[in-house]
Amino acid sequence: MIKAILIFNNHGKPRLSKFYEHYTEDTEQQIIRETFHLVSKRDENVCNFLEGGMLIGGSDYKLIYRHYATLYFVFCVDSSESELGILDLIQVKVFVETLDKCFENVCELDLIFHVDKVHNILAEMVMGGMVLETNMNEIITQVDAQNKMEKSEAGIAGAPARAVSAVKNMNLPEMPRNINIGDISIKVPNLPSFK
Amino acid sequence: MALKIVKGSIDRMFDKNLQDLVRGIRNHKEDEAKYISTCIDEIKQELKQDNIAVKANAVCKLTYLQMLGYDVSWAAFNIVEVMSSSKFTYKRIGYLAASQCFHESTDVIMLTTNQIRKDLSSPNQYDTGVALTGLSCFVTPDLARDLANDIMTLMSHTKPYIRKKAVLIMYKVFLKYPESLRPAFPRLKEKLEDPDPGVQSAAVNVICELARRNPKNYLSLAPLFFKLMTSSTNNWVLIKIIKLFGALTPLEPRLGKKLIEPLTNLIHSTSAMSLLYECVNTVIAVLISLSSGMPNHSASIQLCVQKLRILIEDSDQNLKYLGLLAMSKILKTHPKSVQSHKDLILQCLDDKDESIRLRALDLLYGMVSKKNLMEIVKKLMLHVDKAEGTTYRDELLTKIIDICSQSNYQYITNFEWYISILVELTRLEGTRHGHLIASQMLDVAIRVKAIRAFAVAQMATLLDNAHLLTGNMQRNGICEVLYAAAWICGEFSEHLENPMQTLEAMLRPKVATLPGHIQAVYVQNAAKLFATVLKSQEGNTDSTAAQETSQLMIDRLPLFVQSANLEVQERASCILQLVKYIQKLQQKDVEIAEEVNALFAGELNPVAPKAQKKVPVPEGLDLDAWINEPPSESESEDEQPKAIFAKEEPKHSRPRHTEVDEKELARRREARKQEQANNPFYIKASPSSQKVYQDTPGVEHIPVVQIDLSVPLKVPGLPMSDQYVKLEEERRQKERAEKKKKEKKKRKEKRSGRGKKHDSGPESEEDITPAHQVDIVTEEMPENALPSDDDDKDPNDPHKALDIDLDNLVEAAGRRPLADSEKLPVRSHRETPKSPAEDGDTENAALQEPKKKSTKEKREKKKDKDRDRKKSKEEKKKKKHKHEEKEEDLLGGQADAPVVQSEETSEVVAPPTSTNPEEATTVAEAEAAPPPEAASGTAPDSEPDQPQDADTEEAKSSKHKKKKQKKEKEEKEKKKKKKHHHHHHHSDGGGEESVQNGTVEEEEPLPPMSNYCLLAENSYIKMVYDIQGNLQDGSQVVVSVIFENKGDSFLKSMEFNVLDSLNSKLQRPDGSGPHDGLTVPFQLPPGVSNEARFVFTVQSIIMPQKLKGTLTFIVKNEDSSTHEKLDFKLHFTCTSYLITTPCYSDAFAKLLESGDLKGSSVRLEGVNMPFHHLLARICFHHHFSVVERIDSCASMYSRSIQGHHVCLLVKTSGQTVSIDAKCDEPTLLGNVLDEIKQTFSQC
Repeated sequence: MIKAILIFNNHGKPRLSKFYEHYTEDTEQQIIRETFHLVSKRDENVCNFLEGGMLIGGSDYKLIYRHYATLYFVFCVDSSESELGILDLIQVKVFVETLDKCFENVCELDLIFHVDKVHNILAEMVMGGMVLETNMNEIITQVDAQNKMEKSEAGIAGAPARAVSAVKNMNLPEMPRNINIGDISIKVPNLPSFK
Repeated sequence: MALKIVKGSIDRMFDKNLQDLVRGIRNHKEDEAKYISTCIDEIKQELKQDNIAVKANAVCKLTYLQMLGYDVSWAAFNIVEVMSSSKFTYKRIGYLAASQCFHESTDVIMLTTNQIRKDLSSPNQYDTGVALTGLSCFVTPDLARDLANDIMTLMSHTKPYIRKKAVLIMYKVFLKYPESLRPAFPRLKEKLEDPDPGVQSAAVNVICELARRNPKNYLSLAPLFFKLMTSSTNNWVLIKIIKLFGALTPLEPRLGKKLIEPLTNLIHSTSAMSLLYECVNTVIAVLISLSSGMPNHSASIQLCVQKLRILIEDSDQNLKYLGLLAMSKILKTHPKSVQSHKDLILQCLDDKDESIRLRALDLLYGMVSKKNLMEIVKKLMLHVDKAEGTTYRDELLTKIIDICSQSNYQYITNFEWYISILVELTRLEGTRHGHLIASQMLDVAIRVKAIRAFAVAQMATLLDNAHLLTGNMQRNGICEVLYAAAWICGEFSEHLENPMQTLEAMLRPKVATLPGHIQAVYVQNAAKLFATVLKSQEGNTDSTAAQETSQLMIDRLPLFVQSANLEVQERASCILQLVKYIQKLQQKDVEIAEEVNALFAGELNPVAPKAQKKVPVPEGLDLDAWINEPPSESESEDEQPKAIFAKEEPKHSRPRHTEVDEKELARRREARKQEQANNPFYIKASPSSQKVYQDTPGVEHIPVVQIDLSVPLKVPGLPMSDQYVKLEEERRQKERAEKKKKEKKKRKEKRSGRGKKHDSGPESEEDITPAHQVDIVTEEMPENALPSDDDDKDPNDPHKALDIDLDNLVEAAGRRPLADSEKLPVRSHRETPKSPAEDGDTENAALQEPKKKSTKEKREKKKDKDRDRKKSKEEKKKKKHKHEEKEEDLLGGQADAPVVQSEETSEVVAPPTSTNPEEATTVAEAEAAPPPEAASGTAPDSEPDQPQDADTEEAKSSKHKKKKQKKEKEEKEKKKKKKHHHHHHHSDGGGEESVQNGTVEEEEPLPPMSNYCLLAENSYIKMVYDIQGNLQDGSQVVVSVIFENKGDSFLKSMEFNVLDSLNSKLQRPDGSGPHDGLTVPFQLPPGVSNEARFVFTVQSIIMPQKLKGTLTFIVKNEDSSTHEKLDFKLHFTCTSYLITTPCYSDAFAKLLESGDLKGSSVRLEGVNMPFHHLLARICFHHHFSVVERIDSCASMYSRSIQGHHVCLLVKTSGQTVSIDAKCDEPTLLGNVLDEIKQTFSQC
């Protein structure tokens, strides 16, 4: 079972938190802080497994994480999950690549502004703490189909709001578009797109 | 209209959406909290609006704020609103919010049941999907119970997308509602072979999770998994299956043998590291399980170790880590194969990655031998010096101690070396493990007699240099070692070279800065030292020296007397007075040393830490029983130890063994017996409890290992442990040389007892003899100590409830109809006065005393007692009534929720925790209502046996497969019987409800009863029904109908229709015509039954009536489907309009006095049943409650849904029962009495 999936940035700011077991908001924040503390002090080229988060789980639980550019992806799992399998799940096969496809070169800002979408993608991959689907194409198909439904529902009524939102987004001087997580390379940070 | 929408959305575009909120928060970095609080205010405004789009937007923002740590539970209701939107966009937002912040104690969850059910059956697969996803995060026991059926249906949905989600969520449902496991399991098993790989993977996932907790129940699935393993290409599924096999093999070694080959093939062929690793892991598990039986798997072990070595040598740190992890598993059973890779593991100790170093440390534990211990520890000590972080250093420290102390210091050949290691470790600053070192020092000093002299010398040095250790007191845990040092110096002071110096060291003013418990030990041991010093000084001619010592004590002790710590204060003042007295005697030239020494005479033996726990409770002694009288004074005096001071104990309390000879003991025992015999208050136990445990076995009983002392070693001062390595090397060489000279005979004699235990070392381990005469004193344990290991399993583990034997299900491949107790929950109204908590209560009661109830004799006894207690019981009953009213209030409040078709178990007692539901149910039933056989017509005695028989049979059958076939016939017969039996229960069994009402004495056994009566039946389907009034609405009754599929075909599209009369009408959904049928909201697979509820409106309730109706349904076979119908007559009795309502006796009296009621009476002849059974029947079948009962007379009360009061006075004499009744509606009363009469004429 997966007990929690956390994404936070290099400063420990949560970008996505999904707990498959109930904790109070305070505990959740504490877990995020503690996990960040544990994960962030590790060197780049050490192993991606960590034992013993104090708050989450116990001896049976492991933190499995990956660090991409500015983001940490952390899965808290118990012994029924294969460590290498989860690592693969984070990147090689599924999660990050799906994000990359859905957001077209995903960057931290995508996650910041579209947490709900990330949640929706995650929901197609992991459900209630168990891995639902490991096939990236299948996930993308389902996510796309649902987004299409959403668009058709919005129809004409949603158009003005979308337009306003687009205008608002243009006023984003700090929005770097090209941080490619897949290659861990930051191409153009802080390009002022509007002058 | 369109304009309005556009206008609305134009308004909306100036609302903040999620992106705006995020942007805003980013722009307000300084006053983020303030900004968010204004945002929350805005959100609150938005939530008040009617526009669902605005609400959804607000909820979406809340979800984000929840992630940032804001409590958003106040918006739970709004979330439910958004969830119930018909638009997918909003629904998804709602469910996401719910999944993030709902949990079991969110009260609005119960409002969602119907919404979720609607979404689950939505034609849009994504509505269903989103509901399933959401539900997986916040499913509660209630939701699980209510929705289990719907989800089970979805498991056979046409779309794989829904199927896989439904399958996966079943695990959560099982966790919350364990009863659903049995009925759902056959279908779950089916899904293992689903054509869609996603569904298959989900099913594997769920079964793996289940099997991980209770593997034995899933052994029978092994062949299926085996097939999957050899056919599947999905690595994810393979990994899961292989992991599952890892859990199964310890239970079934034969499985392991079969696995080895395909697994080794996979290991050779696969390119996926994750799969390879799991294969290796499982092979290891197999080898471990086989290790006892078959030794010849060295090839596999070699392969595993070899592959692991490749992993460990890999540059990928992850593989390295996992390799070490798996290695540690092999280590347990095949230490030799791992030991050959010692170099590699030691290398890993230098790795920069802490996780890897820790793993390597774990491995070291199993790699040490007598030969290499010193070397390894030396290496570790180097690491200790280098380690920068305290956590890793502390870990190293514990590991060193672990390694050295493992299995009773098995690998230590030179304890002087070990003591010096410990002393060296005390130089670590800021370690948390001071107490660990201290306890090791104590343990070694106490248990290894030969080392005491050396240890004492070391400790004396430590005490002398205490200032080095206490340098930074606050965060320094290391001062704990002074505790050990002081105690060792005191207790074994005879070994001290210069006791006077040590005494002075212990009385330094600086000591007062130590923690209290250490000071206390200092004071106490100063006294011991003082005694020793006195003894040595009195031997001299010069008496002034002794007096000076006393003076020193008197000078220094007041410092401790002033201590803030009570313990220190108390000990110090005691000892101070003692010393003053001694001084007085000294001045009179009295020889006092002997007597002072006597204070501390005697040997302290180590006691095993669990000794106290392991003292077996003598037979006949009930520790929980109330002891009325405290033991008499004289006795306790008798047992007081003779010593004035019990010597203070270092870590765990050690009973002081008073040296009393056998005779004295016998005398005392005799005296005590006498006294007990004469003492009227003494509770005499059975003779066996008088067994007295032998005091101490005495020193000669302690197994002492004698080892030849070849080279006496004496190292003065404070040596570095490193020296020992060299010394040891020299010593061993010397020994070897000596040995060569000696003859073989002698060598045999030299072998130590301990050596025999572990002759497994790589090179002749036993050749290495310890440098000391080592007496390892074993820890004392009480006689008859039970060797049990207390594996404290968490009683709250949710998986315990899922420990359900599924084998019989598996064998029958889901064809066998499920027993009653295993049926999936059926729909019923929440207002039935029954909560899950109560459920638990009845069940607990059932589990607590099933035995008592089972035998008739005891029942008889009970009755006698009952008569005695009658009066008190009356009172109790009243209390009970009060209690109940409260409960009903609570439930009434709950029932306000708009649930028309919520669910309830039809079986009132459905034990969730039992491993065998059938058995438990019967037990519970027996508890609730084990009847005198005549009353019910069933034969309950035969029931408890049956399932057991079947179970044992099944257990056997799994073992002896050949025999099984023969027995199958028998089994089938039994099953038939069982089935029949349960039917019986339906028609007139299952009377738990009467107990739950609490209207009759719950202790008395009652016959099983049920209100369900047959509605109609044909070869396909059977319907039984029950009618209950609706508390909330005076014009409604609810008809619960249980549909049971009797055939082997699938029943679907069931439609229930009734021909309305003027008085009673079936409630149909809005928009349907008055003659339309109601669709039954489920389908019935073969052998399954389910319950549906139909609401009827009635106008007049004073007359009984019958309604004609028809059930139409489609019977679907593999090749054909036919349309069938079944006619029935619904009988609305007047009783069904009555609702059990408790009533106080005073209110009851007032009601009778009021004179509004009209009377009527009826006599029943030939009623042959106990009075309380009679009452129970009236209560149960006719919805009355007992107001008061005196002897053979009882008053009862009930109320109709339209508020008519019905009062009964029931009297019995012999076989005649007379019922006087009063009611404000005579027609109703007449009919009710007729019905009561009919009930009793039937039996």
